[in-house]
This record gives sequence, C-alpha cells and structure tokens, in this order.
Amino acid sequence: MTGSFDLLIVGTGGQGVILASNVIGEACIIEGREVKAAETHGMAQRGGSVECHVRIDGRFGPLIPPGNADLLMAFELIEALRYRHYLKPGGRLVANRLVQVPTSVYMQKLEAPTEAKIVGQLADLAPCVLDADTKATEAGSPLTQNMVMVGAGSLAIPLERQSLEEAIRRSVPKKTIEMNLRAFQLGREAAGECR
Amino acid sequence: MAKRYLLGNEAIAHAAVEASADFVSGYPGTPSSEVIDILRVQEERPLYVEWSVNEKVAFENALAAAWCGLRSLVTMKHVGLNVAADPLMTSGYTGVTGGFVIMCADDPFAHSSQNEQDTRFYARFAHLPCLDPATVQEAHDMVIDAFALSEELGLPVIFRPTTRVCHSKSDVVIGEAGKDSRKGNFPRDPKRFVLIPANARPLHKALDEKLPKVTKTLAGRGYNRFERKGKTAIIAGGIGATYVQEILPDGISFGKIGAYPVDWGALGDFVKGHRKILVIEEGEPIIEELVRQVAGGIPVSGKLDGVVPAEGELSISAVSAILEGQGIIPKGAGTPGPVPNVPMRPPIMCAGCMHRPTFFAIKKVWRDAVYPSDIGCYTLGLQLGVVDTTICMGSAPSLASGINHSGDPREVVATIGDSTFLHSGIPGLLNAVYNGADMTLIILDNRTTAMTGHQPNPVSGTTAGGEVKAPVSLEAICRACGVSFVETVSPYDLPSMIEVMKAAKAQKGVRVLIAKQPCVITARRAGVKRVSYSVDRDACTVCGTCIRFGCPAIEMIDDRAAINELCSGCGVCAQICPSGAIGPKEKEAKEAKP
Repeated sequence: MTGSFDLLIVGTGGQGVILASNVIGEACIIEGREVKAAETHGMAQRGGSVECHVRIDGRFGPLIPPGNADLLMAFELIEALRYRHYLKPGGRLVANRLVQVPTSVYMQKLEAPTEAKIVGQLADLAPCVLDADTKATEAGSPLTQNMVMVGAGSLAIPLERQSLEEAIRRSVPKKTIEMNLRAFQLGREAAGECR
Repeated sequence: MAKRYLLGNEAIAHAAVEASADFVSGYPGTPSSEVIDILRVQEERPLYVEWSVNEKVAFENALAAAWCGLRSLVTMKHVGLNVAADPLMTSGYTGVTGGFVIMCADDPFAHSSQNEQDTRFYARFAHLPCLDPATVQEAHDMVIDAFALSEELGLPVIFRPTTRVCHSKSDVVIGEAGKDSRKGNFPRDPKRFVLIPANARPLHKALDEKLPKVTKTLAGRGYNRFERKGKTAIIAGGIGATYVQEILPDGISFGKIGAYPVDWGALGDFVKGHRKILVIEEGEPIIEELVRQVAGGIPVSGKLDGVVPAEGELSISAVSAILEGQGIIPKGAGTPGPVPNVPMRPPIMCAGCMHRPTFFAIKKVWRDAVYPSDIGCYTLGLQLGVVDTTICMGSAPSLASGINHSGDPREVVATIGDSTFLHSGIPGLLNAVYNGADMTLIILDNRTTAMTGHQPNPVSGTTAGGEVKAPVSLEAICRACGVSFVETVSPYDLPSMIEVMKAAKAQKGVRVLIAKQPCVITARRAGVKRVSYSVDRDACTVCGTCIRFGCPAIEMIDDRAAINELCSGCGVCAQICPSGAIGPKEKEAKEAKP
C-alpha cells in the first residue's frame, strides 16, 4: 500500500542477521532513500530465533505485516519455515541450507527436522537454497555467511550493487572488508544460478 | 546536518550529545540500555557518564546534577521507574535548574519484561510533562526539545519511547554535537530542597499552579496535531499513530498525541462535529479517557469498549483489523498464519554458561526445595526446573525469607545475579539474617550485567567510562550483612561445588554460596581459549544425561551424543557423563601443551 520493498531477514542468535540488515539500511542512505527497520534485541539473542524487518522506501512503521514481504532471507531452514507466512504471494525466498536443531528438541526427545523435509515444506515457494557456510569459508571465513546471504538476496533487492558494496565497506571491520566483499560476490553468483 | 541510518536508541543518544547534555546516568534495562552504551564510547562531546547501581541511585544522581545547573539525562526501562518512583514523585516539587530528561522506555507486549506498565501514568501521577515519540526521527527531535522544555518549565521532563521506537532503525537527520558546557553549582535553598512538611505543602501548590503553563507550552510545540477531514476521527498516540498513518484512508480525521498533559480545549474543539471517534494507543487507555471526557454524546471506541486490544502491542496488522472491524477500511484478505508445529527456538543459556552447572548442582543437592530466583540470563533456569519465582529486580532473597517464614516445610534455595544482588538484593539478604530466616542464597557471579549487553557493575573492575576500579567483594558485603556461612566456588568445578552446597545444606540460618565464573561471552571477548570437548561414540551409552543438561553444544547425531563447534571448553559435560565418554579433543589438547 505504501510502496515499500519489504524484506524480512531471519536466523538464529549469533549468525550476523543484524549486521546484514545494517548493510541494507546503509545502502538505502547511500542512495538517499527512506528506510525503516525493526530488530530483535536483548535476551532473544541468546541462541533464540532472530528476525529483522527492513522496509526499503519505508515511510511509516518498521514492522512488516504477515503476507506482505517481497523477500525473505533465511539464514537457517527452520527459521525459513517459521517466517514463510510473511511472504506475499509471489514473494521470493532465499535460504541457507543449514539446519540448526534447537537444543530443546533433543531435550524433549522430539523428532529433529531434516534439510530434505524442510526444503519439501518450502518447495511451493520455489526457494533459492544455497550453502552459505561453504561459500563463506571460500571467501575467507565462515563468519562472512551473512554477507553471502546479502549477496544472494541482492539480486531481488531494489538497490544498486555498488551501494550495497559501499555499505559493506562502511559496516564491517576494516581488516575484513575484502573478505566480506568476496562473500557478497560469491552469494550473488550462487543466487544467479538459482534462476 | 547529516542523514544517518540509526537505531532508535542511537538517535536518542546522539540527540543528548547535540543538546549539550553534561551528565548521564542509568541502570541497564531492555529496551533502554544502548543509550548509555553509546554515550560512554562516543567521542563527539565530553560528558559525565555512569552506570549506576540501580535506577533510584541513577535518578538521584542526575536530579542533583540538574539542581546544580547541568543538563542531565537518566535512562531506565519502565519497571526501573518503580525503583526510582520515590525521588520522581517529589522531583516536580523541587523542580530543576539545568534541563533534566528522564528517559523511561516502555515495553508493550513485555518482549523482555515482567509487565506492560505505562509510564504515561507516572507522568500524570508526578505532575510532570511527558513526551511520547511515534518514530525514530521524532524521538531524536523530542530529546533535544525535552532539555529545552525542562529548562523553560523548571521541571523534569519524562521521555517515554517504546520498544518499537528504541529498537527500530530509520533514516534520521541528525545535527552537530552541542558545544555548551556547564559547571555545577548547588543553589542552597532549604525552602526548595529540604522537603519537610512546611516546605512540601507550598511546593505542591506551586507545582499545581505551573500545570496550565505546562499544558500551554506543550500545545505550542506541535506534538499534538489535529487534522479534520470527515465525520469519523481516529486519535492515536505513540507508535500506534505511525501504524494508523500508514493505512489511514482519505476522508477520515486524524489526531496525533505525542505530549502530555493534553490541552483539553484543543482536544474538545477537534472532537466536536464528528459522529464517531476511534482511539488507538498502546498501553493504558490514557488518551481514550481524555477523549471520553470531552466527547459529550459522540460515541468513542477504544480499549474501554473492547474495540482495541487492552494488552500487548499494536502492529499494522492489528490496526488494520481494528479499522476493518469499524468499517473504516474495506475488509482485506486476512493475515496468513504461521506453519503449525515448527519447533520452538526459545533463548537458551550459552554453551559454557556458568549458570547451567550451578543449576545442575542445586538440583542434585536440593531435590525438593523451593527455588525463588531473579532477573537476568539465569531466569532461563526456568527451562531446567530451578526457577520458581521471578517478579522484580532484587526480590529473590526477600521472597526466600518470606516463603521460609510462611511455614512451608521445604528448604528454600534462592538464586540471584551479581548485578541484581547489588541493585536491590542486599537489603533482602540483610533483612533475612536480621529476622532469622533459614535459607540458602546462591549468588550467580559472572562479573557483569550480562543479559542487557555486558554493562560493567561494581564487581566488574571497570566503570562505564572505562576507568579501572577495584571490584567490590561480594563476600565482604554478605559477611557485613551478618552471614557467617559465605563460600565461593567455581561452577566449572562441579564436584567441589556440590561438596560446598552439601556443606551449606547441613547448616542452619542464612547461608550464601557465591558461584563465580566470568560470563562465557566476556571471557571469549577477552581472549580466553579452552580446549573443546568431544564424545567417544564407542563409549557413549546414550543414557541422555548430557542431552538433559541442555547445553546447545551437545546434540544427537546418528543416535549418539555429539559436541558441536559451539563448545567453549568448560568441561562440565565430561564431569557429568557417567560412562566417561566425554573428554578434551586430543588433537587440540596436544597443541595446547608446551
């Protein structure tokens, strides 16, 4: 209704979800566009489920209503499943193939979900599923998997590649800029193969 | 002027810098903590910053600085204002000289809180002005104005952002750091600062006489705006106003409330001529009650008639549903629901967290005790069945003595963190000893205020400004409270900890055990490296002991326990494994040895 491009980034505490959303927000500033975002803070970060709403060209509230997201970037597959209802019909899902089984599943002796099962539950969305960990390791460190995901999502995000790259330079520690840009590139290439 | 992408709390902190704040104090609490965390590392402007021991102490420090003419800011979360309510209620009587802004962040939906209280009530209660921002930009601009307002009115100003403002990010236009600085000078004036009854009475009257001026001044600031467009009006406050603006159709009048007290005259003029009013706000129906008072016969809907949910937080979806229900916007397709049966992923204590073995040992030694606990990461001990109560900061020792004195025959074993104990747990311990309680208090001492983001406290060895300080001794504090059994033990040494707990259990009176081990996150940041552990698959009998321990580093792979890369090397799982199947990784161990 308001013309914003709504992007939901989800993952688990410690995966760098917030830094990924910072890069998108910073790229909006570089392009002189409005942006609104909402983050999970505090105790939820202790290994819990983390969600970042980013509304590019957003003028009002930071929260994306369910059924409204243009793009869902999931750093983990169970989280992709948890938040898939935020996508609007025809919205795009880019997901990391990682499955992090919550400790409580083992403690309560529940059935641990598998990659194949979850990908099956997402199949109707024609998701782009990639291995961010391998790509990040290739870029120089598994810690750059968040930038692999930004790269993978970037094909669907209405922001210039140069703006995103400049945003990465501004957002990550100096020593890791090259590595993160490589991760971004590898993610972008991987998503390119999805199409 | 520059446009930046900032977290709400970053924008608020920068506004304090722009407004030439001189003095900042506070106690950490989600969603307010980042303001001081940013101010203590910023380099744009020199200012005095402290993490205080609790909110009352923080409030009194900042109030005194404002009396002395400094621009002062105190920060806390909504429930912190309960702790600071005593000085708050009289601060309007004394007034201030330098601008004094009380940032009190509310948490609708209790994302990280024990309740959903509404600070706008405190403003009315204390007869103080209150600013309630709807967006990050407005939060920034209001903070700058709040200092000016405070000086103009001679009163403290309450600034009340909510979680979705504090923890939202936005493009924000910010300005330059303020250049003014002030030196304190206490203006001795017993008639104003010594609140004996003879002084309190005229000061109360003087405060009440200021209120018309306060209302008039606020009305001139433009935070309360009214736009007449039709016969139906929506009046909204805080972030609720932002949600309404996103979906407001043409032809509906709109009123936005951002400052309290609201000018009744302006509100009444706006309401007049409408056929129907809908009030949208988070928290208590404060705007709604005002509207009902001026609406005469015009029907008003909101929380009081059940049209707007009374509890929780709003969202665009929630506001859409309300507007659809009232026929203001057409019915939409409805909101899609989540996929059922996705495994929950609640927050969990970290791999290597010192709280987990401590709770494990408590369960081993006291099987059927009552376990009062407190507020911190260790509240997650709920998942391990060792947290029976959590109500407010510092309550564990006093709830423990109350349960003990109630005649419940079970033993009482309470837990409390270091920062929470220093915040307000000490009086409860002192009281328990003095009044002869029979109980054990376990202080979970991880040397930091971990849950809110590792803010330093008096046991950490540094101040907010980074100055090195001798840590206070928890042992000495407990002994000074009159406790004779005070023992300190490392939770990573499980057999010793269990022995000390057994010794405590054998005693009478108040016993204190200090489980001491730096937070695993701060330890990692400080460069502490330990050899990680692994499971010998052949020796694992799949007894489930380590799985029930609940460490996120331990998982099941192909029907055997396995340890993943989250392992921090605390070694506790090796101590609990009954078949000796867990040990340090040999390769790493060899490399670690000289």
